[in-house]
Amino acid sequence: MSALPSFDRRTLMERSTPGRIGSNLPDLDVPAQLLPGDHLLRDDLPLPELSEPELVRYFTNLSRLNYSIDTNFYPLGSCTMKYNPKLNEEIAFMPGFAASHPRQTDGQAQGSLQLMYMLQGYLAEITGMKGTSLAPLAGAQGELCGMLMIREYHKQRGDDKRTVVAIPDSAHGTNPASAAMAGFEVVSVASSDKGNMDMDRMAELASDRLAGVMITQPNTLGLFNNDIVGLCDMVHRAGGLVYGDGANMNALLGRAKLGHMGFDVVHLNLHKTFSTPHGGGGPGSGPVCVSDTLLPYLPSPIVVKNTENGGEVYSLESPPDSIGRVGGFHGNFGVLVRAYTYIRSLGASGLEQISGDAVINANYLLEALRDTYHLPYDRRCMHEVILSSKDQRAKGVKGLDIAKRLLDYGFHSPTMYFPLIVEEALMIEPTEAESKETLDAFIDVMKAIDREVAEDPELVTGAPHTTPVTRLDEAKAARHPNLRG
Amino acid sequence: MTGRSHYIPNTDDDRAAMLKAIGVSDLDELFADIPDEYRNPKLEIPSPLSELELRREMGEMAGENHHLGRYISFLGAGAYNHFSPSVVRALISRGEFLTAYTPYQPEASQGTLQATYDFQTMVCNLLGMEVADAGMYDGASALAEAALMSCRVTGRGRVAVLDSTSPTYREVISTYVGAQGIQIDVLDPSQVLNESARPEGNRRDGLPEDTACLIAQYPNFLGYIEDMAALEREAHAKGVLFVVSADPFAMGMLKPPGEYGADIVTGEGQALGLPVSFGGPYVGLFSSKMEYLRQMPGRIAGETNDSQGRTGYVLTLSTREQHIRRERATSNICTNQALMSLAATIYMAALGRHGLRHVAELCYHKAHYAASAISHLPGYSLHDSGEFFQEFTVRCPRPASEINAGLLEAGIIGGLDVGDIVENGMLLCVTEVNTRGDIDRLVEALAGLT
Repeated sequence: MSALPSFDRRTLMERSTPGRIGSNLPDLDVPAQLLPGDHLLRDDLPLPELSEPELVRYFTNLSRLNYSIDTNFYPLGSCTMKYNPKLNEEIAFMPGFAASHPRQTDGQAQGSLQLMYMLQGYLAEITGMKGTSLAPLAGAQGELCGMLMIREYHKQRGDDKRTVVAIPDSAHGTNPASAAMAGFEVVSVASSDKGNMDMDRMAELASDRLAGVMITQPNTLGLFNNDIVGLCDMVHRAGGLVYGDGANMNALLGRAKLGHMGFDVVHLNLHKTFSTPHGGGGPGSGPVCVSDTLLPYLPSPIVVKNTENGGEVYSLESPPDSIGRVGGFHGNFGVLVRAYTYIRSLGASGLEQISGDAVINANYLLEALRDTYHLPYDRRCMHEVILSSKDQRAKGVKGLDIAKRLLDYGFHSPTMYFPLIVEEALMIEPTEAESKETLDAFIDVMKAIDREVAEDPELVTGAPHTTPVTRLDEAKAARHPNLRG
Repeated sequence: MTGRSHYIPNTDDDRAAMLKAIGVSDLDELFADIPDEYRNPKLEIPSPLSELELRREMGEMAGENHHLGRYISFLGAGAYNHFSPSVVRALISRGEFLTAYTPYQPEASQGTLQATYDFQTMVCNLLGMEVADAGMYDGASALAEAALMSCRVTGRGRVAVLDSTSPTYREVISTYVGAQGIQIDVLDPSQVLNESARPEGNRRDGLPEDTACLIAQYPNFLGYIEDMAALEREAHAKGVLFVVSADPFAMGMLKPPGEYGADIVTGEGQALGLPVSFGGPYVGLFSSKMEYLRQMPGRIAGETNDSQGRTGYVLTLSTREQHIRRERATSNICTNQALMSLAATIYMAALGRHGLRHVAELCYHKAHYAASAISHLPGYSLHDSGEFFQEFTVRCPRPASEINAGLLEAGIIGGLDVGDIVENGMLLCVTEVNTRGDIDRLVEALAGLT
């Protein structure tokens, strides 16, 4: 990507020219009615005035300042930046879906409801669970729903001492934040030197105060916790429930079902595993799949199928002890359409191919880079590999610098400094959607950067050099907030 | 169709070469950490379909819906059928926006970040507020987050919600705040208004002690405009934050909540150029007075400069957020519905200073034209004589569900059945997409359904 020096960076408001219009609208075709009193009306509406060609050029040039899947390899760990099929966009914008109003009666929305019903079933099948609610609007909201269900389960049993939720220290920040929002006390559990959750510490926590545990499987170290069956069993014997963060489900499609291993609730990120576009930070969708134990508590609504007059009829319902609604309507339906289309395109064989190739690609990177970067957990990884640049750090170059230098070579940075328990972590997730040639090119660049660290460290610490802006002053942004034009 | 997926580049030769490089003979060895008895379970998912087959199948499924492209519709109630110029979809479909991730690497994400800054600017201007975040899941959850934020700001443990607020929004608030032991009081506006003017000893219940915020919807669920100035006075008289869920589209002409002194203003951004799409994805608007900035949930973009002094944008104030603060974060939210925020940004810019006012007035005039005509029909009357924008509630001669069944036969999707709030009530919405001919057809059809 080359810099775009000719594109001036004035904001929309700064580009406004009085008198220009960016859209044309019909004239009033009914008799003008009496307007409300002036005390109810606003005086001015400070929005910009631009013509349509100016608008299109502005936003098109802005878009060119971004790295994206469509333009760059984007090995951002735990984010599953895979290819987003164009077909899915086309289907989501079909008028039958996009122009379907959420307040229409169930009878008028049978196509949408059938799609949701089928998707609920597919996701339950993929996770080995008994039921699904598609209502959560993002992964973190799925987590919140999962924790609220666990809370409700204990409450209904009159078991109100269970206030503690155990979460490994490798967990994504949303896990403890979601547990706290659900009113739980969070206890962080260290990871063993194998990268699994410390079982001795878990044994101490497995008491009548334990509401549950939140586990990402495979975890954010890219490792499959092979103590998982014993861990679920330990939590269950103590009376707690097991929450699974499905952020890394791309590794497990068709390879293992969390429900079989003892998980009680799992959320999925349709914007990761199921290829719906990230859109620069949303929309996501975070369906929750549950075991029999938690079926009555699913967030509202869910779609059920009934047989009427020999035909199948779908309707929206609220489960009997539902934790309630978490959004205005029925979930991020447009995202559900894309995920459904993706699953139908792939079938079981394609889903298995995804996990297989995602894991091959990650291990290929691991093997190729293990002599250049430190490998903190020397095990086969799943869909992502965690490297540490601590050896490069010793030469005065931080993980952040390496991440920025990658941008100069046209690759997006890996996830950095996460998980928090790995020093100078670089978390690399190639996904199944990258070719061997791309991976080889990335390997060459990672090795080249390592050579630069030794030979010309300023080149790396001063990176990026070729992006539309060089390194930005984040401290200034926080110290002197300028949050609007 | 069987065989390989066209979404995956690896060939069998590639796989063989890579497995060899890894040092394993078989793919299954890479999954050896999964206990044998749990590995490779049967996966019951239908066989793959080609793009051609899939497009046909999905077209048939979409065709099962009675959608707004085929019917005249007067449904609103939280999702609005407004016209969206072609530029909106064309621009958000650019892969550079569509397939980018959250702008954690600002040097590689200036497009998304600058558009986010534009979004925050215009949301503030539209709502009359000092600071806005980059977007929330939707209008309902944004309001629930405002309730939680009010409790953090005030250190109080109850939230008061007007009973004229959307019932689904109240349900979402309940889901969000219940687990934290926060109590919800649902109040009739008359319980709140003029309370401080009543003589001592003759006060009604009003706002309870320990109330963190008073929540009002503007316009309210049934379409009407509350006495915003009076609500603000009552709230602030008790040190209660005034929280408003506003329809941003109505703010094209109505006085924005910020001018009424609102402390936190949220809204459903769908009306700003997004398709109704059976309920999502939408975008929640979230804005506040500057003094509460550090208690706000969600992402925020800010302006700064690069090492060469050039203007650029970053995500900022992230010490509020879950990835830094974990269980002590202001919220667990980790998205800002960026693509939907972008759509709203393009929409607001395309409509602009005069366009949004014009289209809001189109809705106003058409809705009032419709309301006036319907109120003259025998058996029909307006539920409320108050001011409204584009939605109003009609009392029908029979339950609205029965009236709607008749309307559907005439090719019309009627209003929402609100019989649980108003006897035989129907909540109707008229927007710029409804022509005079559409409205006249509705009125004529209603006249035949007494």
